[in-house]
Amino acid sequence: MKSRTIKVDYLARVEGEGALYVKISDNKVKDVKFKIWEPPRLFEAFLRGRNYSEAPDITARICGICPIAYQMSSAHAMEAAFGVTVDPQVRALRRLIYCGEWIESHPLHVYLLHAPDFLGYENAIQAAQDHPEIVQRGLQLKKVGNDLMAFLGGREIHPINIRVGGFYKVPTKQGFAPFIEKLKWARDAALETVRWTATLPFPDFEQDYEFVALRHPDEYAITEGRLVSNKGLDIAISEYDDHFVEEHVAHANALRSTHKGRGAYHVGPLARYNLNFDKLSPLAQQAARDAGFGPVCRNPFKSIVVRSVETVYACDEALRIIDQYEMPEKPAVEVQPRAATGHGCTEAPRGILYHRYRLDAQGVILDAKIVAPTSQNQKCIESDLWQFVPKYIDLPTEELTWRCEQAIRNYDPCISCATHFLKLHIERD
Amino acid sequence: MPPAKGGTLIIGLGNQYRRDDAVGLTVARHLKEAAPAHVRVLEESGEGTALIDSWQGADTVILIDAVHSGAKPGAVRRFDAHGQPIPTRFFHYSTHAFGVAEAIELARVLGQLPPRLIVYGIEGKTFEAGLGLSPEVEKAAQEVVERVLGDLCCNHHLPGVSVLI
Repeated sequence: MKSRTIKVDYLARVEGEGALYVKISDNKVKDVKFKIWEPPRLFEAFLRGRNYSEAPDITARICGICPIAYQMSSAHAMEAAFGVTVDPQVRALRRLIYCGEWIESHPLHVYLLHAPDFLGYENAIQAAQDHPEIVQRGLQLKKVGNDLMAFLGGREIHPINIRVGGFYKVPTKQGFAPFIEKLKWARDAALETVRWTATLPFPDFEQDYEFVALRHPDEYAITEGRLVSNKGLDIAISEYDDHFVEEHVAHANALRSTHKGRGAYHVGPLARYNLNFDKLSPLAQQAARDAGFGPVCRNPFKSIVVRSVETVYACDEALRIIDQYEMPEKPAVEVQPRAATGHGCTEAPRGILYHRYRLDAQGVILDAKIVAPTSQNQKCIESDLWQFVPKYIDLPTEELTWRCEQAIRNYDPCISCATHFLKLHIERD
Repeated sequence: MPPAKGGTLIIGLGNQYRRDDAVGLTVARHLKEAAPAHVRVLEESGEGTALIDSWQGADTVILIDAVHSGAKPGAVRRFDAHGQPIPTRFFHYSTHAFGVAEAIELARVLGQLPPRLIVYGIEGKTFEAGLGLSPEVEKAAQEVVERVLGDLCCNHHLPGVSVLI
């Protein structure tokens, strides 16, 4: 019996560190483990006993790439617990800074982490030697997102301006003037990114996923909405725990989420796109159609194009919000703590980020639960590999290993959110 | 906001809530007090592309970060980025796929390295979630503060090759 094991101890170009292990025996896949290391729930323990107002700043430190997502999910959870509604302009500003995070995060993955796979380079540094102008475009595009986050958030990494009830400070309308030209440039660069990524070679690989994302009646959902899926899910975010469960698996320190009745589900750009294509701006929809994409895309490798379409949308939406912005009278509303449980769920660049807090009458956190997008995609990543490896099983081990890494990177896994470290590991004897 | 052309910039990298990973931030905070007024000091997470943005226009840049190479906790390494490539695995403990070493090598390819770039790596002991440095790393932080102040006062004749300790 011929058997082999593919091991990748260190997964390159994913956020954090993880490992993949694939066991092949008799030319059949026998085992797939996507491993995540590190004690997972330390931040939750860290939050217990802290004041509600500290949650946005503490949770922002979980991830350097998507701090806004953590701040928003935690602030929304607290506001839901205390029955607070923010000013409509404050809500718009939150959506705007979230657009900044998408503009910052998506090009980082598209240009520096994912594209080298399709272009046949080991990394972006090699790619930059042959295509410096393409890598520069990615860096500049990302910088527009950074600048927007820094302007609204106080600074781009771990922004400090977001609080429960609103912001500490809000800008004047005039303050946005320098961003209009930058965002117009970024929108054009994002359109160019869609055209460019659509020309990349994609493996023929479609899966019948259960896509889960927020959906909002009036907008491409980012900060709020109901949780829906293409398999019948339609719930308020406060019902999340009734439908999804986290299971501890022996090979991963992170908890792995599944839908209680149906198992693996897929969150992130591809899920949002499939569930909310009709809510994208006309420009973003047109960019997708011009690139040969309809409202349905089930090939995870094509998520690089979908991220690019979402970047077009984020630029477009940011310009719309700035155009309609009027400075609110107050940057935040008063918050009166009460004993309650609050839920928050927002669309981080990599998918839904769910927070739940139980608070006492003084607003002290009694219990916290945080479910990051990567731990929700973990099972989906493994099931992709179960399907994907047999298609390429005759490839030499080195090439098959690289293909598997590429399949994992489709999800832009942020293991530093799910945990801290991730290693990848494939093995054939 | 980038420093004026020709300026000196110190960047401390790390995560405050990851124990010894915060050492770069600790050094930066000490240097904010101790460094001459014209020296700009920043704290960052270590996300690589943001680093490249930060040092635009600076003449001399000194980076301080925690590392995990298997050396003794608190061991200090000093690299001159123009003297040698930065070993990516050395700064492996960054949570970022595109971290410090990648940023330096990408900037080298794109012609965006500052004219002088010194990198200090401080060997961490623990990177688990939590506050506070290990005693060995706390001591190393003090040493690096002194050495950076030495670099600043001798800025005109920084060595062209790395000095390893």
